[in-house]
Amino acid sequence: MKSSTLALPLRVIAWLVYGALGLGIVYALVALVRLNGPVYFLQAVVDGLKLGFVYALIALGYTMVYGIVRLINFAHGDVFMVGAFASFYAITEYGWGFVPAILFAMLTCLLLNVVIERVAYKPLRNAPRIAALITAIGVSFFLEYFTALKFVFSADFITYKRPFEVVVWNIGGVLITNITVIIIVVTVFLLLLLQYIVTKTKIGKAMRATSLDKPAARLMGINVDAIISLTFAMGAALAGAGGVLYAIAFPQIWTFMGLMPGLKAFVAAVLGGIGNIPGAFVGSLLMGEIDVLVVSFLPMGSRLRDLFAFFVLILVFLIKPTGIFGEPQVEKV
Amino acid sequence: MQTTMPRKRLIPTWIPTLLVAIAVYLLVAYAKQTDRISVYWHQVIQLAGLTAITGLGLNLIYGFNGQFSLGHVGFYAIGAYGSALITKDLLTKWSGTNVGALAWMIAGQIGLVLVLMLIGRLRVGQIRKGLAARLETLIKPHEAWVFTTLVTLILVAFALALGVGFVWLAQKPLAAGLGSLITKLPEVAAQNVIFVLALLNGGTLAALVAYLIGLPLLRLGSDYFGIATLGFAIMMYTGLQNSDLIIPTMKGARGMVGIPRWTTWGWVFGVLVVLVIAMRNMLYSSHGRAIVSVREDEIAAKMMGIDVAQSKALAFAIGGFFAGVAGGLYAHLYGFLHPSSFSMVKGFDPLIIIVFGGLGSMTGTIVASALFALIIEGLRVLLPQGFEDWRFVIYPVLLLLIMLLRPQGLLGTNEWGWLRPPIPPMKGVPVSSKPSTARAESGEGGA
Repeated sequence: MKSSTLALPLRVIAWLVYGALGLGIVYALVALVRLNGPVYFLQAVVDGLKLGFVYALIALGYTMVYGIVRLINFAHGDVFMVGAFASFYAITEYGWGFVPAILFAMLTCLLLNVVIERVAYKPLRNAPRIAALITAIGVSFFLEYFTALKFVFSADFITYKRPFEVVVWNIGGVLITNITVIIIVVTVFLLLLLQYIVTKTKIGKAMRATSLDKPAARLMGINVDAIISLTFAMGAALAGAGGVLYAIAFPQIWTFMGLMPGLKAFVAAVLGGIGNIPGAFVGSLLMGEIDVLVVSFLPMGSRLRDLFAFFVLILVFLIKPTGIFGEPQVEKV
Repeated sequence: MQTTMPRKRLIPTWIPTLLVAIAVYLLVAYAKQTDRISVYWHQVIQLAGLTAITGLGLNLIYGFNGQFSLGHVGFYAIGAYGSALITKDLLTKWSGTNVGALAWMIAGQIGLVLVLMLIGRLRVGQIRKGLAARLETLIKPHEAWVFTTLVTLILVAFALALGVGFVWLAQKPLAAGLGSLITKLPEVAAQNVIFVLALLNGGTLAALVAYLIGLPLLRLGSDYFGIATLGFAIMMYTGLQNSDLIIPTMKGARGMVGIPRWTTWGWVFGVLVVLVIAMRNMLYSSHGRAIVSVREDEIAAKMMGIDVAQSKALAFAIGGFFAGVAGGLYAHLYGFLHPSSFSMVKGFDPLIIIVFGGLGSMTGTIVASALFALIIEGLRVLLPQGFEDWRFVIYPVLLLLIMLLRPQGLLGTNEWGWLRPPIPPMKGVPVSSKPSTARAESGEGGA
């Protein structure tokens, strides 16, 4: 490399710009903390975590299904809604505790999603991908409007009765409820279980093989249809658990509640790099934090939160088109 | 092997097409005249017409150019609100003068185009590349990136400043000229002139926005582009709900009222016909063939010397224009705009229509939008009392059945009548190969 008298001043200027950018970011963060005090900021971060962990449970289903059949399953948010309702009935009608209720919700969603997959998506496996997407939209409509009928769940807002008493701990001014703790514990447990299944077991190996190359997986003796069904089932079980936790955290349920959390979770999955399980988790935490921080700190934040969530999505796309952990797709001739 | 020559059609295809179009127009007009259909159904038919216009736009983007877009409803919203602001201005002078909004919008768009042209003329891209190449011999690439970004930002800011200055200077004489024109014309003529200008403005505004967001986002792969445009549509929706923060007369989540109800069946039909003719002629021109070739194989198209990025952006902008014009007609059909008409769920309607009609078929889109309106509204009539809630339970089941029975859509990629591709002029060489697929049979890609 030829040394030049210009090189040094140029580098100094470049690093000055870097320093200014870094200082700006630090200053912005400090200003944010000082605006309403560090306690307020930490409280927002904790609330964001609560939301982010619920998003993670939904996002995992999206990302797994997309990874294996390349389908944006728009009905996933409505499966999440069914989970919330199933646990609601288990708790209020039968007086079940938290653990049986969440297991019941997971099982309901699992069965529902397997049926959906068999009826609506499997016959279209060899059709153009858009046909399956349209059916997914159709299934989403169906779940929303069918459950809104009077003899199903009815279209009203229903107050959700928590299966346990809320306990609030005050740690240096930051209020942490046992809801947050339960959400984090359940999500981390399910996430680790999922990660274990996908990376360590034979079924997980079959799933990864199917997502890589379906015909080859079939030649290796893998029952591809069963694996796809299993993926849908696992995603739905996670979404069901997410529905229960969401309803416990924000105790009001109605049949259209799955739309926005579902979409946000999907965006979170895309942010992390779709098809990537740790990516979906990180993206969801990011999404939850953005949601809560925008609402807490920006003027008119509660009205503009969706705008910011999707703005961040487009920003990430412009910088890294395949998401944070996504691998670039190689175009073949 | 039998040689199949493309047969010369005995009757020129435009004759039956024209006859059908005239028949449809007269049928609806006659039914309205003699009160055989209610005002409600008349509006439904008009709505079907403008859904066909939006659908055609989306079909150009997704069906013909292969870019999966979920954000079409965003452009529809831009067209609706943009044109409504202009016509409402004429009646209520919310911006101060009769034509203030129109003048600002025209000047703003010209300014934006000028900025884009200036950025092209300044060769920002080339300067960046040249600068990066020069600097990278001296310093590390990421340090060079700082300078190239700074230079780009300065150039863009310069162009933007010039554009804003131009808009500021241009809107005053424009407003004065338009104002005197409006006062000179008789009232009915003035109204029609403003309506046409409003529709055009809604369309060009949507097209400009489409071009601007399309240029960076169209690099993304198909699914990612769909998600990004979905994000755009939801941003538009949230923005519209809070639009009263910027322009109070848009009223945000309360809904914009006081828009003149100027849309008639004649307007809808006329605009549809003009746009269909334009789209058909564009598709069978060299631009159109470039657009279709990008769908078929992007890399092959690039090797044939087609500017793929430009072709995608062009299709996206024209599709946005269609949606904008349809949005303008929609705004003046009901005289009331609410953000919930432009929500994500409503945004699926054009997508469902074009898939139902067949991706890459103009005829299919038009037929499907009519059928779609018939199904949605027909269920309202057919369902007995007390079962109205079942409408959106039956509709997805129908959707499911249609997709399961005919995943390629009603017409596939086939066209009817004059919309079929023209037979290329023969040079005395018989076409020897037998057409193998439906696409080759309809003559796409020439003989």
